Amino acid sequence: MYEHDVIVVGAGGAGLRAAIAAHEEGADVALVTKLHPVRSHTGAAEGGINAALREGDSWDLHAYDTMKGSDYLGDAPAIDTFAKDAPEEVIQIEHWGMPFSREDDGRVSQRPFGGMSFPRTTYAGAETGHHLLHTMYEQAVKRGIEVYDEWYVTNLAVTDHEDPEDRTCHGCVAYDIKSGEIHGFRAKNGVILATGGLGQAFDHTTNAVANTGDGCAMAYRAGVPMEDMEMIQFHPTTLPSTGVLISEGVRGEGGILYNEDEERFMFEHGYANNDGELASRDVVSRAELTEVNAGRGIEDEYVHLDMRHLGEERILDRLENILHLAEDFEGVDGLDEPMPVKPGQHYAMGGVETDENGETCIEGLYAAGETACVSLHGANRLGGNALPELLVFGARAGHHAAGKDMKVAEIETGPSAKSEDGAVEPPVAPGAVDAGSDDVVADGGAAATPKGVVKGTVEEERQRVEELLEADGINHAEVRADVQETMTQRVNVFREEDGLKQALREIKDARREYGNVAVADPSRTYNTDLIHTIETRNILDVAEAITIGALAREEFRGAHWRAEHQERKDDEWIKHTMLAWNDGEPELYYKPVVLEGDEETYEPKERSY
Amino acid sequence: MSTQIEQQETESESEQEAESAVESPGDRRRAQKQQRLDEQKQAEREESTLDDEETITLKVFRYDPEVEGKQEPRFDDFVVPFHKGMTILDALIYARDQYDSSLTFRHSCRQAVCGSDALFVNGRQRLGCKTQIAELESPVRIEPLPHQEVVKDLVVDMEHFYDQMEAVEPYFDADELPDDELEEQRQSRENREKVKMSTRCIWCGACMSSCNIAAGDNEYLGPAAINKAYRFAMDEREGADRKQERLRIIEQEHGVWRCQTQFSCTEVCPKDIPLTEHIQELKREAVKNNLKFW
Ligand SMILES: Cc1cc2nc3c(=O)[nH]c(=O)nc-3n(C[C@H](O)[C@H](O)[C@H](O)COP(=O)(O)OP(=O)(O)OC[C@H]3O[C@@H](n4cnc5c(N)ncnc54)[C@H](O)[C@@H]3O)c2cc1C
Ligand code: SF4
Ligand code: FES
Repeated sequence: MYEHDVIVVGAGGAGLRAAIAAHEEGADVALVTKLHPVRSHTGAAEGGINAALREGDSWDLHAYDTMKGSDYLGDAPAIDTFAKDAPEEVIQIEHWGMPFSREDDGRVSQRPFGGMSFPRTTYAGAETGHHLLHTMYEQAVKRGIEVYDEWYVTNLAVTDHEDPEDRTCHGCVAYDIKSGEIHGFRAKNGVILATGGLGQAFDHTTNAVANTGDGCAMAYRAGVPMEDMEMIQFHPTTLPSTGVLISEGVRGEGGILYNEDEERFMFEHGYANNDGELASRDVVSRAELTEVNAGRGIEDEYVHLDMRHLGEERILDRLENILHLAEDFEGVDGLDEPMPVKPGQHYAMGGVETDENGETCIEGLYAAGETACVSLHGANRLGGNALPELLVFGARAGHHAAGKDMKVAEIETGPSAKSEDGAVEPPVAPGAVDAGSDDVVADGGAAATPKGVVKGTVEEERQRVEELLEADGINHAEVRADVQETMTQRVNVFREEDGLKQALREIKDARREYGNVAVADPSRTYNTDLIHTIETRNILDVAEAITIGALAREEFRGAHWRAEHQERKDDEWIKHTMLAWNDGEPELYYKPVVLEGDEETYEPKERSY
Repeated sequence: MSTQIEQQETESESEQEAESAVESPGDRRRAQKQQRLDEQKQAEREESTLDDEETITLKVFRYDPEVEGKQEPRFDDFVVPFHKGMTILDALIYARDQYDSSLTFRHSCRQAVCGSDALFVNGRQRLGCKTQIAELESPVRIEPLPHQEVVKDLVVDMEHFYDQMEAVEPYFDADELPDDELEEQRQSRENREKVKMSTRCIWCGACMSSCNIAAGDNEYLGPAAINKAYRFAMDEREGADRKQERLRIIEQEHGVWRCQTQFSCTEVCPKDIPLTEHIQELKREAVKNNLKFW
C-alpha cells in the first residue's frame, strides 16, 4: 500500500495545479494518472484563458459575463470566487514561464472571445492548453512531486455509512498498467479527483480517447451526486471527419461562417444580429444544425468557416496550428479554402458536485477541473473559462485538502442541500442491472480503520479484475460503440422527449450487454483491453445520468434544448438537477441555484447576443 | 464488411498452452479461456471472406512477455477496410476493436498533441494519428519505436526518454519576479518568436528514436532534451546565471557535442521543430560563453 497526505487522481491542468497547491502547503502529495501528465487532454486546449487583467476590465464584469453565459444556472459564490482568483492564477503561470503571445510592450496579449464583454482571453498562439499543461508539469518536476504515471485508478476507498455525508474517503485503488498489479493508495488528508471530461460518451467529440468520465462515475458510485449532467456543450466548429476542434479563436480573430448558399447565416438568418459568429457556442451550434436541417448545409452535414480574409501573416501569427489541423485531419488548406465544420460534443458543464473549496459531500474527497461541477458554467460554458477554472479550483482543492484554513464554503453539497424531489418518468428503471453486487463502498467489516477501508476496496478490485480476465464474453468495444451512437443520435444538440426515452432504453440494453463483457487479452502486461472495459462501465453511468437530466429538465436553457419546451422557465427551473446513485438505484432531486453574489444578487435576464 | 485476419504461427499454440505447467486455478482457467478464444478466432477466420471493399493490409509487430505464443516477437497481418482520410491510428483502432482486442498501442488525443502514438511506420518514426494511410505504400508495416525497450506490441518503455528530459532541469527559473503578483514579466515579441518552435515539443520520443548517436550512447541527452534546454536558455526572462548553468548542463560529456548534425531528428519531428539547428545554436552559445572566460 502506498501512503501520501494528498493523492491527486489525474494530472491534467486541474490535477497538476492541485498537486502544486498541496505541495505549497507542505503536504506530501502524489499524482496518480492513467496517462503520463503531458499526455493529458488539457494539452489540446487551443483558444485561451480568461482573466480580467487590464484597465477597463474587472473581476465583476468577468463574473457578470459568466453568469449571463451560464443562463443563470451558475452559482454566484462559485462565479465570484472564480473571477476574483483568476487574474492572480493566470499571472502566476506567466511567472512560471508560460510562453504567452505578447503585445509590443511585452505584456501578454488578450483577444475577444464569445460572450465576453471585454477582450480578456489571454493565449499562447492557438496552443494555449499545450503550453499551460507543459508549464505546470515543469513546475511539478521542479518541486519533485511524485508521479505514478500509467496507473489507472479504478475505485475510491470510502467508508460504508448509510448517509453519504457521513462517509469518509481514505484513498483509492489503482492498477499499474505496465505490470498489471493492483495496489491501494492511502490518502491521509484527502483524494482529489481531476480526471477530466467525459466526451467519450459520444461518438463525435473533441475529447481525447482517455476522457471517459472515470472520476465522475467513481464519485457517483461512492455516493457523491452528479450535478446538471444534461448540460453538455457542443462546440460549433469541429472537423466533420474526426471531431478535431477548430478553436473559437478563429471566430475571435474574425473568421466567418457561411452556409451552402454562401450566406453569412448568423446575420442573414437572424440567429445573432449583434454578435454574429461570436455569439455563444450553444447559439452558434443550433444555428449551424438549423441550416443543415433546412437543406442549406454543405453535403447535408456541415457549414464553412472561412478565415482567408484575415491574411496569411495574421493567421500564421495567431492561428498557425489551425492550418495544421485542417490540413492533417481534413486535407484542407485554410489559407486557400474555407474549412468544413459542424457541432461536436466538447465539454461537460455538469459533473461531481463540489463547493468553492473543491470539496464533495464525502469527507476527504475533492474534485476539480472538468470532472467537477462547482457550478461555474451552469447551462453554458464560455470559451476560455475552463482553463482558469482548473487553475482556480484546482488550487483551492489542493490547498484545502492539504489542511489550509479556507473560508467556509457558501455552496451546500450532498443530500442535505436537497430542496425537492425530482420528477421524471424513465421508460425503464435506470441504474445497475444487478444493483448490489457492484457496490463500490467498502464493506463494513474492513471499515474499522482507514487502512482497512483501502485494503477492503483493493480486495474487491482484485476480484473484479480477476473475474473480467477469466470470464468469456463479449468485447466492451461493441457496448461502447452502441452507447456512443445512442448519445450522438438522441441526446445531442436537439433533444426530444421520445428520443430521450428511447436513449434510456438503449442504455439499459447496453448495461445488460455489459453484464456479459469479458476481457479477451489474458495478459497482465499493459492490458489496454482491461482498462477500456472498466472505462466502458463509467461511460454507461455518465451517459445515463446525462440522459436522465435531459429528460427531467423540461425547459430550454443554455446548451439544453428541448423540442417540446421552447422557453426558459425561470419560475420553475432555476435549480440544479442532481442524481444520486443510492446503491444502484439512481435518485433524482433538485437543489436551488444561488444567485446571491458578493456585490449583488444576479437578476436573470434574457440572453441575447 | 470484411473480417479477415491472418495471424501467423498462432494455431499450434493452444495445445502447448493447455499442457504447460499451470500453477493457480486462476491461471488454469485463463489458459483454458485462451484456448477457447483461439479456436473461436480460427473458426471466424476460416468463415470470413473478403468482399469488394477497398482494403489495406497492416503488418503489425506483436510481442507480449507473458502470453505464450507472443513471447517470440512476430508480425500479424490485419486486413482493414480503407476509406479516404484514414490514419494509421484509425486503422489500428479498427484492427483492435474488430479483430483482436489484445492488440496494444498508446493513443489518446487523436490530434497530434499528446505525443503518445509515435510509431515506426514503413521504416520511419511518425505519429499514428497524423499519418494518412493514403500516403503510404502497402502493406503498411507498423513497429514500435526503435532503440527503446518494447513493453508489449507497439508500446515501448519511455522511462529513459523521460529521464533525459528531466536531466536538463526542464523548468522555468527566473532570477527575479515582479513585486506585484498581478504584474507579468515582460517578454519581447522577438524573444517569444525565438523560443516559439522549441516550446512545441510533445515528448513523443520520435527524434530520440531516430538518432544514431542516441542509439549508440545511452547517456546522450538526445535532441528532445537539448531542445528543452534551448527553450529555457534562450528565454530572456531567465537571468544570466541560470543561462550559464543551463549551458553547463548541455555541454557535459554526453551533451551537445555528441551531435553529428545528421538531421534525422529534425526530419521526423511531427511538430517541425528545427532540432538540429537548435543544437547547433547551443553549441555556438557554449563556445561564446567559454570564450568569455579565456
Ligand atoms: C479540443 C479542446 C479545446 C479546448 N480549448 C479550450 C480553451 O481554449 N480554453 C479553455 O478554457 N478550455 C478549453 N477546453 C476545455 C479544457 O481544455 C478542459 O476542460 C480542461 O483542460 C480539462 O482539464 P482537466 O485537468 O480537468 O482534465 P484533463 O486535462 O483531461 O486531465 C485528466 C487527467 O486525468 C487522468 N485520468 C482520467 N481518468 C483516470 C483514472 N481513472 N485514473 C487515473 N487517472 C485518470 C488522465 O490521465 C489525465 O491526466 C478545450 C477542450 C478541448 C477538448
Ligand atoms: S522534439 Fe519533436 S520528435 Fe522530439 S519528442 Fe519533441 S515533438 Fe517529438
Ligand atoms: S494520439 Fe495524441 S499524438 Fe497521436
